[in-house]
Amino acid sequence: MRVYLDNNATTIVDPHVFEEMEPFFVKKYGNPNSLHQFASDTHKPLKEAMQKIYAGINAKSEDSVVITSCATESNNWVLKSIYFEYILTGRKNHIIISEVEHPSIIATAKFLESKGCKVTYLPINSEGIVEAHTVRDFITDKTALVSIMWVNNETGAIFPIEEIGQICAAKGVLFHTDAVQAIGKLPVNVQKANIDYLTMSAHKFHGPKGVGALYMKKGKELNPLLHGGSQMNGFRSGTLNVAGIVGMGKAMEQAIDALDFEMSEVRELRDRLEDALLEIPDTFVVTPRAKRSANTILVSFRGIEGEAMLWDLNRANIAASTGSACASEDLESNPVMEAIGAEADLAHTAIRFSLSRYTTGEEIDYTIEVVKNAVNRLRAISSSYAYAPQGHESKL
Amino acid sequence: MGIDSLIGGTIWDQYSEKVTCLMNNPQNMGEITQEQADAMGAKLIVADFGAESCGDAVRLYWAVDPKTDVILESKFKSFGCGTAIASSDTMAELCKGKTVDEAIKITNIDVEKAMRDTPDVPAVPPQKMHCSVMAYDVIKKAAALYKGVDMESFEHEIIVCECARVSLSTLREVIRLNDLTSIEQITDYTKAGAFCKSCIRPGGHEAKDIYLVDLLEEYQKEKLAKQADSSYDAPFAQMTIVQRLKAVEKVIDDNIRQMLVMDGGNIEILDIKENGANFDIYIRYLGACSGCASSSTGTLFAIESILKEKLDQNIRVIPL
Repeated sequence: MRVYLDNNATTIVDPHVFEEMEPFFVKKYGNPNSLHQFASDTHKPLKEAMQKIYAGINAKSEDSVVITSCATESNNWVLKSIYFEYILTGRKNHIIISEVEHPSIIATAKFLESKGCKVTYLPINSEGIVEAHTVRDFITDKTALVSIMWVNNETGAIFPIEEIGQICAAKGVLFHTDAVQAIGKLPVNVQKANIDYLTMSAHKFHGPKGVGALYMKKGKELNPLLHGGSQMNGFRSGTLNVAGIVGMGKAMEQAIDALDFEMSEVRELRDRLEDALLEIPDTFVVTPRAKRSANTILVSFRGIEGEAMLWDLNRANIAASTGSACASEDLESNPVMEAIGAEADLAHTAIRFSLSRYTTGEEIDYTIEVVKNAVNRLRAISSSYAYAPQGHESKL
Repeated sequence: MGIDSLIGGTIWDQYSEKVTCLMNNPQNMGEITQEQADAMGAKLIVADFGAESCGDAVRLYWAVDPKTDVILESKFKSFGCGTAIASSDTMAELCKGKTVDEAIKITNIDVEKAMRDTPDVPAVPPQKMHCSVMAYDVIKKAAALYKGVDMESFEHEIIVCECARVSLSTLREVIRLNDLTSIEQITDYTKAGAFCKSCIRPGGHEAKDIYLVDLLEEYQKEKLAKQADSSYDAPFAQMTIVQRLKAVEKVIDDNIRQMLVMDGGNIEILDIKENGANFDIYIRYLGACSGCASSSTGTLFAIESILKEKLDQNIRVIPL
């Protein structure tokens, strides 16, 4: 059996999505901006896809949902455009983000910091959540932007986006949310949450890689990050990724249809896995279930280094993660574990399991068995569970 | 760099077969109890190194024959990734049958080499090399416990790059001898910084007292100080002609050129000739200076007096 429990890193492309994309590679390959039938063949499918994407987040038709190449581009666009428009011109000097944002926000903010922008990194509480009042506490009359993710990629913790949206609206500060881990996991409504900018990524909800989007509320449009041939109403130049946009549209439609399933069936499987993991002694889960997206568990097994656990899981053909996949090469401890103030000994033990609507009960039962065996094997090796003679003062 | 560095994420593919096998099935994993050691007539040594909070920890057990100092049995327990476990296992294996003094000489590089499948291919990718360092450190710790001495007494050098075991004195010497100015050069010359990269600058896997960037900066400062010294320290009369030219250039750069450039002019040093007791410095005015009324009066006087003050009273400046 081969089990994929790393759906916060990326997901399988839904076969229906793939089917809809296929004609745009070999048959309908025209450039939508050209003046001939090859181009015209793409217009209706593109329009329909855009409508599905708009509907998925309840955007108004006068708003702009601009297709980008990925969420990283969308996030860079927001921060850098705000920098050019407000910070560099001296109108404002400050942005607020959280300390557990995705690297495409944190690294961009650090870069802007080096260019003279003041950045506040809001802390998370012991449940792994950014509290809305902290946003209010740090907003000044020089704050240009608040950017807080909707759902944390590592823990699945859901942040109080509606409340933060209200605070920003009341204070007249622009509000961006990285909703990459929220789409398809919970209802996302840009109007209800007072959102000015929202980032999404197709491959996190069973769409293709290489397509993201940035929602911009009417009247809050940003200057482009990519200049060129004025595609996407001049907001984002570059030949349209026709197949990608069509795929993203279909994936969005499917994700919205599957939302109830996600929040009931997927949650049930997740809870079954979590219950079984918590039966293992010295095991801890971050963020209470009710405050987490339905598919995610960040769990610590005392005495087992995260990569060693991944090794044993991988030998049994199970895919999980020690953090975000982009970070898994640098081998640092999990930043969220540090941020929630977890016991220092647990900082390197976190494992993330993230399910999807493709996960089966059989796979979960198999995973439970494999994890239990791995914990036994690795704790037998672990110095945390090692004999010491009388009088030996442990230095570990 | 280049193509191989663009798509990452393959650390496990770079493990040798041996590392993989040892991770899957460590041979010396386990404990030696007091009773077991007593039964062997051996002294039990239990040494800890690292910390779970840092991501790597190891406990090493030795049963040592007190008459011969030979390590009769060696076992380990480890908190860490696959490489840490495989390195600890290999280290425990290498200790067996050696005397404590011999064991101290085992380095992390010996451990890594013992895990290679073929002599020329590293057993682990560069960023995993630091895992083997812990295996080396815990041996020193065990030996120190056995001998009742301080662990630092086995290390006579300050090691900056622990993965490649490059000492502070080696690095200083290599940087100076080869006039190195970049981290890449240091890595090429010494292998320091090629592995886990913690020693390059703050913020890596482990905190250090001194980083490679500090050494580069230290050397640059030293060089600057030396340059400043060489132009002023030796008496002008005792300098070679090249040194005299450099010294004059430097005084002009530091004190005069900027003012001339601000007025749209410049100056060129053509030659320095000894004329009896005098040093005649031939110059040429450039840009706005040439033809300027002050170039043969005020400006010339200013240049000459600064050079006299900074270098030698017998200097005369002659514009051509």
